[in-house]
Amino acid sequence: MSNASNIIEIIPNAGSNAYDVLRVRQDFPALHQELYGKPLVYLDNGASALKPQVVIDTMTEVMSTYYANVHRGVHRLSQLSTDAYEEARRKVATFIHAASENEIVFTRGATEAINLVAATHGRAHLSEGDEIIISHMEHHANIVPWQMLRDELGIKLKVVPIDDDGQFLVDEYKNLLTSRTKLVAITHISNALGTITPMAEIIRLAHEKGALVLVDGCQAVPHMTVNVQELDADFYVFSGHKLYGPTGIGVLYGKLDLLNAMPPYQTGGDMIRSVTLEKTEFADAPHRFEAGTPAIVETIGLGAAIDYITSLGLDNIAAHEHALLEYATTRLLEVPGLKIFGTAKEKAGIISFVMDAAHSHDVGTIIDRTGVAVRAGHHCAQPVMDRFGVTATARASFGIYNTKDEVDVLVEALQTVQEIFG
Amino acid sequence: MLDELRELYQEVILDHGKNPRNCHPLEGASHMAHGNNPMCGDTLDIFVKVDDADTIADVTFVGRGCAISVASASMMTEILKGKTVVEARQLSDDFQSMCTQDEFDFAGASSALDEDAVERLQMLSGVKEFPVRVKCATLAWHTMNAAVVDGGEEITTE
Repeated sequence: MSNASNIIEIIPNAGSNAYDVLRVRQDFPALHQELYGKPLVYLDNGASALKPQVVIDTMTEVMSTYYANVHRGVHRLSQLSTDAYEEARRKVATFIHAASENEIVFTRGATEAINLVAATHGRAHLSEGDEIIISHMEHHANIVPWQMLRDELGIKLKVVPIDDDGQFLVDEYKNLLTSRTKLVAITHISNALGTITPMAEIIRLAHEKGALVLVDGCQAVPHMTVNVQELDADFYVFSGHKLYGPTGIGVLYGKLDLLNAMPPYQTGGDMIRSVTLEKTEFADAPHRFEAGTPAIVETIGLGAAIDYITSLGLDNIAAHEHALLEYATTRLLEVPGLKIFGTAKEKAGIISFVMDAAHSHDVGTIIDRTGVAVRAGHHCAQPVMDRFGVTATARASFGIYNTKDEVDVLVEALQTVQEIFG
Repeated sequence: MLDELRELYQEVILDHGKNPRNCHPLEGASHMAHGNNPMCGDTLDIFVKVDDADTIADVTFVGRGCAISVASASMMTEILKGKTVVEARQLSDDFQSMCTQDEFDFAGASSALDEDAVERLQMLSGVKEFPVRVKCATLAWHTMNAAVVDGGEEITTE
């Protein structure tokens, strides 16, 4: 698909002076390819982000040089791999401003991180009649594990409604909080609508009632500075692959005392202090929750991704993506019959839309042929689709390498949809 | 690029997508099934009235979906009326083959259909060039099959 003769360049329209999007684009080899003879315009970052060369190189370097199993051997390679693996943990801790790297548990992804909390903290500390609160705009990964726990323990699952702009209704939330509320599990940024929730307030109100808060940060960590201590989050989860890192690696942040009060999730090697044939003493967090050989290469790759986006500056990234969001919102609304779902005042670079002329799936297929990649479907957030009375939307989600010119390509592509559907 | 899209979104398909035929619940239906494409959220209910001679006296659908899935359901209802259940099942298999196999001879296989019906269904063969959209075209047929053959269980494309 990509060879020397068909490498193409879009001349982007830089979003701001402080941020050189052209330079950033150079770091992503996948951007320099054509699809159907057209330059790739990748606007599906909310589903997964492309990978910078430094992540690819780091993972290749691990596997071609110092790779060995971690926390096992006294030999040199095992030591080097263990150091790099644990260094990645420190990078994650610094990145989200955790108090200690021992509060960082590596998981397979955000989904596993939420399941881990439900299966350990949930089973150990919740009982019949207790309540969990989620919102109407959660990803399925932050709904289904709590439904399972509800059915298992006989707890109540309450849902905070959203308004027509897709905003979290704080007053309704206040009314749902009771002394039986033990856990609040809410997204930091909605993957389907782009809404940024008032997380500091959500957490403060929960803590006033003695409830803990789990934050789904998948869409937030690639787009803005996250400080778990300032937020006072009890649990914060995200995946590596949306953060320009590899798949198969995610993060559970938990306050240390909470993690150490949780029983293990999976059991086996690497999570024990001592094992006899009669009994086992488990290791402290985070290793208690990392049974078996972990995703060593992916974890080190995630560390490289964090270094990379930290070097760009999260505030610069947020400003760049916000400028794109504003430009794209204006341009998209010029398309006749296009409606945007998710018009919150506080919003990240995600635009969900439908067109009168065509179903989102048809929109996705047609603009795909112009080289534009967007998500079409329910975005694993079917309750959000129900809320707005649709089964699917098309979603453009922006990343660090997107440009205003690419937004123009998207708008032109949508005009092709109009042409075909008349 | 646009040629393949025009091949997929032909006038007839767009027309059936916008103005679907037989798109209502069917009073006195003897068979019914719910179809669901979890990947995109499309849903479809198919209602069938089978008479004593095992012939499809009437067939309708209600659903929400993309142009391809709605057009396919609409065209299917037009074509199945008067066919036997055995013929309907065979047609369903042939339609699936047409949407996925380059070399499949749909016209040759579909002896139960007149020329006009064959031509109309073949318009949907454009999905071959769009593999992720094959399920959109076949959802109605799978659901119809579930209704008349498998006794009306909910089916999904996954």
